[in-house]
Amino acid sequence: MRKKSSNINLQSKVYRGGKEEATQSYSTIRRGADDAANKGRRMNANLYKEPTNIIITGVGGQGNVMASRVLAGMLVNAGYVVTIGETFGMSQRGGSVMSHLRVSSTSVLSPQIPQGRADIVIALEPVEALRVLVKYGNPDVAVLTNSRMVYPMGVITGDFTYPSLDEVKSMFEKISAKNWIIDATSVAVDLGNPVLSNIVMIGALAGTSLLPIDRRAFEKEIAKSIPANKREINLKAFDTGFKIL
Amino acid sequence: MSKLLSPAKTEVLFMGNEAIARGALEAGVSVVSGYPGTPSSEVIERLSDVAKERNLYVEWSTNEKVALEVAAAASFAGLRSMCVMKQNGVNVASDFLLHLASSGTRGGIVLVECEDPGALSSVNEGESRYFARMLEIPLLEPASIQEARDLTKWAFELSEKIRNIVILRSVTRMSHASSNVICGRLPEKYRTARFISDGSFMDPLRGPVVSTPVVIKHDLQQKKLQTAVELFEKSPFNSYCGPKRPELLIITSSACFLYSKEAIEMLGLQKRVGILKLSCTWPLPVKLLKKHLRLTDKIMVVEEVLPFLEENIKVAAMGMLKDTGIKTFYGKMDETLPSVGELNPDIVAVALGKIMKVKPKSLPADYLREIQKVAPKIPPREQTFCPGCPHRASFWNINTALKLDGREGIVCGDIGCYAMAALFPAIGFNTVRTLHSMGSGTGLASGFAKLVAFGLDKPVLAVCGDSTFYHAVIPALINAQHNKADITFIVMDNAGTAMTGFQPHPGLDLSAIGESVPSVEIAAICRAIGAKVAVCDPFDLEAASKILTSFMAERGSLKVLIMKQACALSPEKKGKKQYQMKVSEELCLGDNCGCNHLCTRIFRCPALTWDRAKKKALIDEVICAGCGVCYSICPQKAITRTEAAS
Repeated sequence: MRKKSSNINLQSKVYRGGKEEATQSYSTIRRGADDAANKGRRMNANLYKEPTNIIITGVGGQGNVMASRVLAGMLVNAGYVVTIGETFGMSQRGGSVMSHLRVSSTSVLSPQIPQGRADIVIALEPVEALRVLVKYGNPDVAVLTNSRMVYPMGVITGDFTYPSLDEVKSMFEKISAKNWIIDATSVAVDLGNPVLSNIVMIGALAGTSLLPIDRRAFEKEIAKSIPANKREINLKAFDTGFKIL
Repeated sequence: MSKLLSPAKTEVLFMGNEAIARGALEAGVSVVSGYPGTPSSEVIERLSDVAKERNLYVEWSTNEKVALEVAAAASFAGLRSMCVMKQNGVNVASDFLLHLASSGTRGGIVLVECEDPGALSSVNEGESRYFARMLEIPLLEPASIQEARDLTKWAFELSEKIRNIVILRSVTRMSHASSNVICGRLPEKYRTARFISDGSFMDPLRGPVVSTPVVIKHDLQQKKLQTAVELFEKSPFNSYCGPKRPELLIITSSACFLYSKEAIEMLGLQKRVGILKLSCTWPLPVKLLKKHLRLTDKIMVVEEVLPFLEENIKVAAMGMLKDTGIKTFYGKMDETLPSVGELNPDIVAVALGKIMKVKPKSLPADYLREIQKVAPKIPPREQTFCPGCPHRASFWNINTALKLDGREGIVCGDIGCYAMAALFPAIGFNTVRTLHSMGSGTGLASGFAKLVAFGLDKPVLAVCGDSTFYHAVIPALINAQHNKADITFIVMDNAGTAMTGFQPHPGLDLSAIGESVPSVEIAAICRAIGAKVAVCDPFDLEAASKILTSFMAERGSLKVLIMKQACALSPEKKGKKQYQMKVSEELCLGDNCGCNHLCTRIFRCPALTWDRAKKKALIDEVICAGCGVCYSICPQKAITRTEAAS
């Protein structure tokens, strides 16, 4: 555990007394110490670190965005303030996808995590974990990655080489504090659909105890965000992921 | 129930675009229109989901200009309306926007434009804030997801107060960022549409809605801006945080506010640097600015794309020199901040650190050394067409036809996923040579074809997607036919606006709100124009390239080939394989084949990989979409396909 980063109260000079909308807006940007809404939040300060910076990464089409929404939804339900920054659209067709999740007891933060400040990296693809680590990693970062490789075009054409899983593992050892490599895609294929690997990863993440999330929180969130006929298979994916670690 | 209709006072995780949609609902919006474009599309998507429940009319219009006209009609009839587009959409809408701003509006109307600094999903870094200044319209820029909801709601009130349109500008990191939002109340009553136009020319609520008499209406328009700026001077949306007399004042808006705040914290400068966050940015609230300029000597303006705020602040500061004294400004114009690309907390921290002479905390040197060892071992991941993408097959056909024709034909590109063929030549088999705005490929082709007289005698081709066809291609196509431009025009019809998420377009028989509507057929339009038209399946490589070669050989007229095949990610196709693909190890000659890895090196499908141990091609079953096209490209017929069990 790291020392809690100080939350300097930047809102002391906010112009108050305006419309209900505006004051609300500012208090959400940086809730002050005496803010009523803030008091409730303090009770929930079971975070690994304040704020906790999470990056979920993978290749376009692997369900990266959905994983980030589900995880963020679980944390918001638990009373945290979550800020997500996402890149998707044309730039992501077949390319690297990244979601930045910032979990705080009190504050809305920049949707982009500063370099070297990721606390947890969740990767649906091994070299994508490395790509994120070299930019956002630090000696305390924890990494959870799917072992299933998706070869970039340059590797398929023979212009580049893809490191072996052993090499990836040894690189993780050097540039992260903790790391887990699991075969989430095989689990998902066994469950009937490779796209479930993102949920297997979320289950495994719950298994690491790095975040205050559990099966009940997952169940509650998918009751809102996933159609009824797909909930059971998603729960199965979560449970299998949870047990892998 | 849609998350968008959450009860008042509940706290919900909203994407910026959802917060904008919620703000509009709370303001009692009735009519919403727009054209899809990243990062703006979700505003309309989410609103169309709740259209029935909230008594809304929502439409995807053929282009942004028409969309704005549709929204304006609702305003003229006293309803609240909203029009949504990406940055370059404002260019398309701008002609009508100029006239609309001159005629004035009635019911509150808001133009939401979402910009894409760094061009993450665009082929331009367009800046639309200047339209607000040029066309004399108020401009609002939310600086958090909560404020996106708050400010959108207020924008309607402002528009109604001044009886003119208001622009709300978002950026990718606002529209596609998400955070907790506290919801307000949804109105219980709906307005009724009434259009009264029998009053005098000068009656803003009962007269005809026109921009004449021009000079008098122009004067009135400027007075409306004065009313707006008076509200901005006192608006709680513009706020200061920081020490009483900061050594440096950051003036910022939009996502850059969050970057600036983080940069101050990263450098521990909370007691030395203050932030004046402006969410009402045009007209600039000059009195508020003056109050803050008096308290500091150094000002850094942090904003994305062009130095719009910086310019406006500097001009205003010139006018108050006597009261405030001379200031030192930092920003894009003196290169303290980069003049292109998107910003982030690190970039702002570097600039801030330089001015304040502090260095951000760096990672341990031995860790950085390890990072430096890892970095070169990471293979780059370039973008590519998805497995099963019809565009890969279409460009394969175009390339084959160009090679068979042998005259080095020119292909003009257009906007859609297929623009990647121009951005990354290898994935389009080096065919596409130009790429500009929507529809411009066909206009350029029409021009290239007329250069024969000047010595450029080559076959000219243009490609466009189905949604782009309706948006801006039709006038160019009529131009080509009327002026006898000899072009082969190819529509890559993948059954929806695929790049932005399958929004319907006029070619489909379903509207944004799920109503059944008449589809307007591309082939019928082209035939009506007088072109020779053929339709084919791009997955049938032989047939498609045959038509193309014959079209290119036929001189002197407009020929249209519609290549029809739904996008691999479309809801009707996603996850369903038509074929089970396999590489026969006996037939594949691998490194010994004369094809020199045609399938992996040239065809470039992410599911068609190379087994380095066996030195042969290999299908990745998890990624393969089962389109079956690679079966036709292997000279050795080593790739086999069997109908997949449904």
